[in-house]
Amino acid sequence: MVWFVSACASEQAKQAVGGTYDPFEAENRGTHQFNKDMDRWIVDPMSQGYGKSTSGGVRDAFGNFASNLALPNDIINNILQGELDSAVQNTGRFAMNTIIGLAGFFDPASDVNMPRVEADFGQTLHVWGAAEGPYVEMPFLGPSNSRDAVGVVVDIALNPFIVILQDPQQYVGIFAYILDAMGNRYEYDAVIQAVLYDSADSYAQARSIYLQNRRFDLGMSAEDLYSDPYSDDPYEDF
Amino acid sequence: MNRREFISAVSAISMVAIVPTGALALSDAQAKSLVEAAVKDINKVIGSGKSLSGKIKDFERIFVKYGDVAIIARSALGPDARSASKSQLNTYTKAFQGYMSRKYGRRFEEFVGGRIEVKTARKVKSFHEVKTTAYLQGEAPFAVNFLVSDKSGKPRFFDMVIEGISLRLTEKEEIGAMLDKRKGNIDLLTQDLKKAG
Repeated sequence: MVWFVSACASEQAKQAVGGTYDPFEAENRGTHQFNKDMDRWIVDPMSQGYGKSTSGGVRDAFGNFASNLALPNDIINNILQGELDSAVQNTGRFAMNTIIGLAGFFDPASDVNMPRVEADFGQTLHVWGAAEGPYVEMPFLGPSNSRDAVGVVVDIALNPFIVILQDPQQYVGIFAYILDAMGNRYEYDAVIQAVLYDSADSYAQARSIYLQNRRFDLGMSAEDLYSDPYSDDPYEDF
Repeated sequence: MNRREFISAVSAISMVAIVPTGALALSDAQAKSLVEAAVKDINKVIGSGKSLSGKIKDFERIFVKYGDVAIIARSALGPDARSASKSQLNTYTKAFQGYMSRKYGRRFEEFVGGRIEVKTARKVKSFHEVKTTAYLQGEAPFAVNFLVSDKSGKPRFFDMVIEGISLRLTEKEEIGAMLDKRKGNIDLLTQDLKKAG
């Protein structure tokens, strides 16, 4: 798996760090249109229904519950990345929110400055040296890259709630995930509308925003990410 | 070279020597105080309780006062900026300013009850990065970084980067797509921008 990712990475190494490497653009655009149709006809109406029939407090509670269930996976990835402080913090957070936060519906851990330290297997692969690889838009899950797409599969396979616990618990996790996604879709409706439906090229916008944010989340340095507009076009032209 | 040319060449050189230009002249402290002033203004707008159109006007005022609109607009146009005439570029920049104000001024609606705090400033490459944190109700704090340069002649921000997402680069992508739709015609793009946002 890591060889597959590195093979893609050597292709991408030809591109500058921070550029856009999208050899599968034609297929990606097809998937993007599918995702947009799904959003317009199913996800958006459902999230509007969910949002209007619940209060912010209820949605936050379901969001907290879903985040809490994600912590064991965060902890595994913290350890794989050698981030032991984060692993300890996430473990404390999980214990506190599950016990005092009533199965995770409440989030007392954030009040005592123990925020979640998100980690996923795509990030772990990055820490291990795997480059991004080509940009990929996945059905339903949206923008990603070939390395992180592999990461998603591993995250699902390694999720303790699926591996260790048996049937009923794993469905709870999926319902919680869906409700959390609906909640987010409702809360961020204005911005999502602007990007997906008001822009001239929603595919390029989603790709650009995703790549920039993902690289930032992975802790790529300002030196890599920032460019200087004054040096591309000499200011003396004015 | 005649005498007049020689004199203006000499004065030009001495002007360059007297007037510091470029990033060397801009300090961390200056970059930080520009952003502090901008953020103070922004926080006031967020808490003002004005109507949407009022907020959009305020955003435009802040954009023009603290930002280098010209370089952001030009950068968004990309390589096609080189083939544009000065008047085309001016009309385009004006339209771009209005478009940005409407598009991002609207985002202020989501900031109600929130505030931005300036944290640190440091030199990065040939400009300065001023880090701030935005606190919105019910959300984890997020990073909003301003990139500041004085290459326009005065300290101005030329980019705002939210959780890694650069306003300038994202708009470059979008303006590029709009220009493609108009087959590279800058005048038609300018027309579209007057109505967009």
